[in-house]
Amino acid sequence: MVLKVGDFKTDVHNDWCPGCGDFGIVNAIQMALAEMEIPRHQSAIFSGIGCSGKTSHFINVFGVHTLHGRVLTFAQGAKIANPNLEIIAVGGDGDGLGIGAGHFVAAGRRNVDMTYIIFDNAVYGLTKGQASPTLKLGEKTKSLPTPNINYNVNPIGLAIASGFTFVARGYSYDVRQLKDLIVAAVRHKGLAFLDVLQPCPTYNDINTRDWFSGEDRIDETTKKPMPRIYKLEDTDYDPVVHYSDETELNQKKTQAIVKSLEWDSKIPTGIFYKNELITPFTRRLTDKIPNYLENPSALQKISRDGKSITNIDKILDSLNVEKTKNE
Amino acid sequence: MATDFTWMIGGPQGSGVETAANIFSQVFSKMGYQIFGKREYYSNIKGEHSYFAVRISDEKIRSSVKGTNMLIAFDAETIFRHADDVLENGIIIYDSTLENMRVSDVITFENDFKDRLENLLKSKNKEATVKGMLDLASENGVKVHSVSFRSLLTELSEKLENPRIKNMSRMFNVLGVSLSLGLLMIPSEKLTDSVNSIFSKKKPIAEINVSAANFAYNYAAAKFEHNNLKFATKDIQDNTILVQGYYGTSIGKIISGCRFQSYYPITPATDESNFLETNEILEINEGRPGSTLVVQTEDEISAIGMAIGSSLTGVRSATCTSGPGFALMTECLSWAGINEVPVVITFYQRSGPSTGLPTRHGQDDLLCAINSGVGEFPRIVYASGNVSDSFYDTTQVFNYADIFQVPVIHMLDKFIASSVTTCERFDETKVNIDRGKLLEEITSDNYNRFAHTEDGISPRSKLGLENGIFWNTGDESDTQGHISEDPVNRVEKMDKRQSRLGYILEKIPESEQIIQHSEGDFCIVSWGSTQGPILDAIEMLKNDGIDIGFIEIKLLHPFPKELLKKHLSNSKTIINVEANYDGQLGSLIRQNLEKDPDYYILKFTGRPMTCTEIYDTLKKITNNNAQKREVLTYGA
Ligand SMILES: Cc1ncc(C[n+]2csc(CCOP(=O)(O)OP(=O)(O)O)c2C)c(N)n1
Ligand code: SF4
Ligand SMILES: [Mg+2]
Repeated sequence: MVLKVGDFKTDVHNDWCPGCGDFGIVNAIQMALAEMEIPRHQSAIFSGIGCSGKTSHFINVFGVHTLHGRVLTFAQGAKIANPNLEIIAVGGDGDGLGIGAGHFVAAGRRNVDMTYIIFDNAVYGLTKGQASPTLKLGEKTKSLPTPNINYNVNPIGLAIASGFTFVARGYSYDVRQLKDLIVAAVRHKGLAFLDVLQPCPTYNDINTRDWFSGEDRIDETTKKPMPRIYKLEDTDYDPVVHYSDETELNQKKTQAIVKSLEWDSKIPTGIFYKNELITPFTRRLTDKIPNYLENPSALQKISRDGKSITNIDKILDSLNVEKTKNE
Repeated sequence: MATDFTWMIGGPQGSGVETAANIFSQVFSKMGYQIFGKREYYSNIKGEHSYFAVRISDEKIRSSVKGTNMLIAFDAETIFRHADDVLENGIIIYDSTLENMRVSDVITFENDFKDRLENLLKSKNKEATVKGMLDLASENGVKVHSVSFRSLLTELSEKLENPRIKNMSRMFNVLGVSLSLGLLMIPSEKLTDSVNSIFSKKKPIAEINVSAANFAYNYAAAKFEHNNLKFATKDIQDNTILVQGYYGTSIGKIISGCRFQSYYPITPATDESNFLETNEILEINEGRPGSTLVVQTEDEISAIGMAIGSSLTGVRSATCTSGPGFALMTECLSWAGINEVPVVITFYQRSGPSTGLPTRHGQDDLLCAINSGVGEFPRIVYASGNVSDSFYDTTQVFNYADIFQVPVIHMLDKFIASSVTTCERFDETKVNIDRGKLLEEITSDNYNRFAHTEDGISPRSKLGLENGIFWNTGDESDTQGHISEDPVNRVEKMDKRQSRLGYILEKIPESEQIIQHSEGDFCIVSWGSTQGPILDAIEMLKNDGIDIGFIEIKLLHPFPKELLKKHLSNSKTIINVEANYDGQLGSLIRQNLEKDPDYYILKFTGRPMTCTEIYDTLKKITNNNAQKREVLTYGA
């Protein structure tokens, strides 16, 4: 059966504000799933809490809408127990980089083979527009009583420092590029992070769609807006770590961090960093459990006719008082 | 006369007190004795005081007693802390070089303890030294044997022509236990056997320790004045095993088919995860090897989050923690509750509040386990009374989780975790696995995860199952699992989940909810690890011609109110026993039975109850001269 984008839509009413950047992201995820032809029951969307957290209800695959900040913990547990699942975790910038920041860093270190998408709108949407961890110091979005008093976190830089092995940025109004980035992220062998710039027309009146497309900066000569966003793939930027070598690795990591610092006048999107030479967690497990990939937790039979088939004789024998003899 | 002998060894953390106690326990278990040992230690890695008390008997024992028959000390602190615990006709073997150490030389004493100790010695006209302490013991009828541990090493070093041995003070532990076995004239090959088996992973170390053991053994046999204690070798009862307390839940998880455990390190829960990871690869009858996947997470929130995620794939999943970790898990626990996810939380309690007494015993998290979390949702709180029970109970809690589709909190504690005991080999044939309504296949195309059913429990799909797509959310949801704030749906969903509590009480066999150990006009009601000391105390009272009833409540939530009423109908006086300050089970009894227990026997020093203390207090109660609230304080 050929899967169409429509097959990945649910009939759940979508209650995001009109014009919200989240719509583009959901469309892109649905398009990516259709393009990769992943059977619906083999993939799952895990989401956090926030406007972004509702995403899992709009996509017609397994959907697990978890808790504020905890999405990565649930998602990794599922993936580790059943590595055959294709898992995409999604959530807000507050969810992933505020309350869930500890899990973000720990997930990077594990490098579980799955995808994590942050809907980066620089505000706490669902709680009515407070500053999120990605809002810049001194900025005052619509519903803030006073300007933001905290410095912003750099999601791309943090992901690289934490060990994510695929780090990219998308823009929610460029659905085609975003879809391609999601496909690349899902196909990546390791933990892929996608920071999606997502205008929140309701609460973020600074990083608006017009602002990203440069409506406020008209080119004197062409009389056209000068978009802030540009694509790394249109430059000669090479994000890939090609061989296992410290110089190569350090060069690719540092160039990505430096790139991620660009903001205001030019904002790069695309793949910043990609390294498949780091073993994913699921593979690392085979060092201690050799048959883990063929026989992971979820595929193991544990009983027959109501009786356990696990044999604990050896363990019990070693505790037997009579048998605790020297070897 | 039955043998009942308590041996204790103390020393700074890191000095091998536990190894010495393991040698002692193995020797006596191999001689056919029953063992009950307990370990006490500070929240510290090196230097603070720790001790191990091992009780041996030729009859069934399930707890420690008040008082020590033999104390082994190779540091001053052990003498200061425990010499006054040695009973009349008891024995102290100590390192003679410590004699002139003063109380003030021991830097690890708490100020309060130091003051109490100095006052005690002063009041008895003794100097504040080890010698003063030992004089006091001698006056109390204790036989004191002194030997320089250092000289023993020097002599051994000369004998073996190995100058390195001279400085191996880390073998003091083995010298100590061997001296005591020599004095007790235990067959020396049992000692050699045990030392070899304990050091079996490191041959050269085993050899040196065996030499040291035999040397000290022979020294004591030849030089110490003997007493008339005799320990005959007995037949080992069939199928006796010697276990550490946490083996019950660990091995229980393995046989139950728990294939995923996530955890964040915390005393006294970590040992279990460690055991599971050490024994990660599993032998499966007629199948390829299985495995328990053990994941150390970044915190307890992640530990339970991962366990829930894993459970959604159909895997029996668990996490193991203690109070502070459980406190962090409660939001996720509520999520598992609203989404009807089976997950097991093995809860090894210690003493709170906050980090409290991090390495000490307590049962003060009962109400926390029952009540913490967001909103109202069904859960099971189930407690085990001893190591062997904890094995069978572990296999049951996984069944409960699957059958009722609820989180199950399995209560244990530090007393169980760090005891060492002989018990009957766990019987695999008694273990059943029931996965409830977990689906392996779905053929229809209109599956609804939360479909209404007669018994209120819906067939459960799992991530990856064809035709089984579902949604979960921490918000209230409709039968598919999509968010719904509809008031009518809300009532239906609340009814569906909360009616589970009544259903649980109906379905779990009564014998698994409450155990009536004995009957009597005076009846103890208790839960968890107090079981052992209570049963031993009841035995002791029986010898005095007094019968005491004992009801152990295993299912603490939902609370088996009617069943408890029935069990209590013949008792006149109710005695609540538990290791906390408030009498938490007592408050459940008040709440559910509208009846205040007549007496409370409580202990919250962080040290487990001894049967002696319970016996003494029950005596007071039956003689009608006890307070309503009796607080136990024994133990260093
Ligand atoms: C533990 C907890 N604290 C607070 C909240 C309230 N809360 C709901 S959504 C949210 C912030 C959402 O912001 P973000 O993660 O950026 O997602 P967005 O709505 O912007 O997509 C907060 C604080 C909660 N649900 N849980
Ligand atoms: S508040 Fe902002 S992020 Fe939330 S739905 Fe509305 S526009 Fe989107
Ligand atoms: Mg946000």
